[in-house]
Amino acid sequence: MANCKSVLSMPFQQEYNHRRVAPKRHIFMDGDTQRMIRNLYTRLVLIVIVAALAIWVDLTDQIQIYNPFNDAILVERNVAPRLGLDLQGGLQVLLEADLPAGTSIDAEAMQTARDIVENRTNALGVSENVIQLAGERRIVGEFPGAEDADASLDIIHQTGLVACVDTGDHSPEEGTVLQTDFAAGSADGTPPATTPPPGTEAPATETPAAETPTAEPTEPQTVYHTIMTGEHLRSVNVGLDPSGQPAIDFALSAEGATIFEQHTAANSGKYLAITLDKRVISAPVIKERIPGGQGQISGSFTAETANTVAVQLRYGSLPIPLKVVETRIIGPTLGEDSLQKSLMAGLIGMIIVILFMGIYYRLPGIVAVVAILFYGAIAFAIFKYFHFTLTLPGIAGFLLSTGAALDANILIFERLKEELRGGRNIVQAVDQGWTRAWSSIRDSNLAAIITSGILYWFGSTFGATIVKGFSLTLALGVLISLFTAIYVTRTLLTIVLRNFKPQNLQLWFGI
Amino acid sequence: MIDILSKRYWYFAISLVVIVSGLILLAVGGLPLSIDFTGGSLLEIKFEGETPLANAEIVQLYENAGIDDAQVQTVEGGTLSIRSSFLDNETRDAILNAMKTESGGEVSVIRFDSVGPSIGAAVSSRAALAVGVAALAVVIYITFAFRKVPNAFRYGVCAIIAMIHDVALVFSVAGFGAMFFDWQIDSLFLTALLTVIGFSVQDKVVVFDRIRENSSVLRRLDYETLVNHSIVQTLQRSINTQLMTVEFLLLALALFGGITLQEFAVILLVGLFSGTYSSIFIAAPILVLWEKQEWKNWFRRSGATA
Repeated sequence: MANCKSVLSMPFQQEYNHRRVAPKRHIFMDGDTQRMIRNLYTRLVLIVIVAALAIWVDLTDQIQIYNPFNDAILVERNVAPRLGLDLQGGLQVLLEADLPAGTSIDAEAMQTARDIVENRTNALGVSENVIQLAGERRIVGEFPGAEDADASLDIIHQTGLVACVDTGDHSPEEGTVLQTDFAAGSADGTPPATTPPPGTEAPATETPAAETPTAEPTEPQTVYHTIMTGEHLRSVNVGLDPSGQPAIDFALSAEGATIFEQHTAANSGKYLAITLDKRVISAPVIKERIPGGQGQISGSFTAETANTVAVQLRYGSLPIPLKVVETRIIGPTLGEDSLQKSLMAGLIGMIIVILFMGIYYRLPGIVAVVAILFYGAIAFAIFKYFHFTLTLPGIAGFLLSTGAALDANILIFERLKEELRGGRNIVQAVDQGWTRAWSSIRDSNLAAIITSGILYWFGSTFGATIVKGFSLTLALGVLISLFTAIYVTRTLLTIVLRNFKPQNLQLWFGI
Repeated sequence: MIDILSKRYWYFAISLVVIVSGLILLAVGGLPLSIDFTGGSLLEIKFEGETPLANAEIVQLYENAGIDDAQVQTVEGGTLSIRSSFLDNETRDAILNAMKTESGGEVSVIRFDSVGPSIGAAVSSRAALAVGVAALAVVIYITFAFRKVPNAFRYGVCAIIAMIHDVALVFSVAGFGAMFFDWQIDSLFLTALLTVIGFSVQDKVVVFDRIRENSSVLRRLDYETLVNHSIVQTLQRSINTQLMTVEFLLLALALFGGITLQEFAVILLVGLFSGTYSSIFIAAPILVLWEKQEWKNWFRRSGATA
């Protein structure tokens, strides 16, 4: 090992001093060392480009890249930072399937329940609601900045109301909110005649007839007659129409059958809208009188869309009963206070660290600080670009991974100092510092990544998004920090040493 | 060169005293599990009206709503924190409305957490599992990473012993905190604990890595000198990384980071310090002790190390 060391560094030194390499020596060279020298300035350019991109993403909320030839937008993405509930206040609820423990729960039904909850809460007009499955029997809902937590909770609790509405000659588009005369005892929690929030998706905008769903049309002027509600629906299934296309078969209760027969007899050729929570799911034309309470809705359904509509009709109420097992409300003032204070704390900590690195490690320390700032810019840009939610523990995780980034640098610099004290020249010492510190950097950081993975798994099963946020920022931070220590610090330091050859080791390296 | 290892039994004794006293406090005060694990509710409010309610009145309001285990605490700046068993949303609304009426003004909710009992139990068992899996993953990883060193398995085991030391120290700090500052063990505590485990291993790996490297270069040295040599070589890094950088960041977080993060930051501060301490003063000495099989002499010594 000791021999190997000197052999390794000798050609490096030659190349550095005389810029010529004896081909035979190549076999002794560390492949990475060789590549490093050829590509040094390419690396620098790459680093500058990445840094510029990162800073650009950091400073804006919306990025757009145009194609220079035809002005078409190539990339467009909203990169506004997402703050977690603990930083901006809001409501978090954990819903659990209200079934006896041990009952096996159909994953698809859970997914449907999640979709329905999401559709309902979208009507609230709170942007950036997140409804996620958490484990097999839980759904976690987050409503950042929700002013009125009760409204959100009511919406989740409501049972969806399926209704058949007579729209006469008018053919309403899917997703339209219809005003109906059915009001008394309505289970519908949405305030009447409200315009749905922009950007919300109606439950069934994907049904085939809706070729171009316009942005949430509302028709407050007409009040339509509700013929009957979903309580008369006995079964809904996906079947095939006479031409073999997917269609929806439904059966009604005896009472429903009578109402339906009368209505269809009198309104042949008119439209009959089927609504869920007043939103039109499908609006078929009545072809003929339908007796016996058996009917079929046909249209240009695909098997998938037919199934979606059938599920919505069947489970206007949720496919799985859900109960609220956990509620967390964080007032907006607490959130803002935490954000301010932790950002201030992070800033103070960073300033101390920068001072320390500069004073203790001198030249390499300052280069490392540049690399750390670079690291911070990249990490923040990644958080913004991929819409990570920034939480308080997330900030702590980020600070800790900054510590890990510094640790990699410190390991290298201590090695560097050792080699310098051992009498090597600067270039050899830099090279050895990296080569020999690498195994401990790799092994120790892998251990941290393993733990982050386990934390992430723990956080996902319980909707403990704070734990998830922490582990994700920690793991990502450790990975980026590895990259900056190995790639950025090394490149920058080598370039600095090439162009500026310090004579006074004590002054520039602190030994 | 500083001789660190010769005083190893002193380090064991110091750690033991700190840990045992903390654990005694914890045993006396009981494990202060938060509602994250036990289920229950926490309501933090501030009265904006002219006649804020007295604590007893609040307890009375809770009792009227059928909740008879409410405990009220004044936090800071007129904020009240009320703990009780699980509140559903209807009950919470009823209580808040009653508060508004009686205090003659708005009641602002600063924070409300309510965790059902079933979820609390599930979190506890999963948390224990998470810690266990993390420990196992680490032993496997270290044994793998050091597979070329004689007795690779020992390194894994020593890392785990030191990790248990760190975990025990964190718990004993929690014991102190619970006794004197009313801390609670919540999911953030758990996050901190798992982080301590992760970084504890990171520190051990750095020291072990030096032992691994030195044992191939300096074959002639006896094991104790070799390990001591490795510790001293990595000492500067340990101090700089841990004390100067990580601890600075965490200290800033603990001092200025606001009430929500304070406990979290202090736990991490102590835990990460312990992680560095234990790699030098626990893990490496145990390696030597194991190599020399010192337990054969123990019956002649005092029992301070058991």
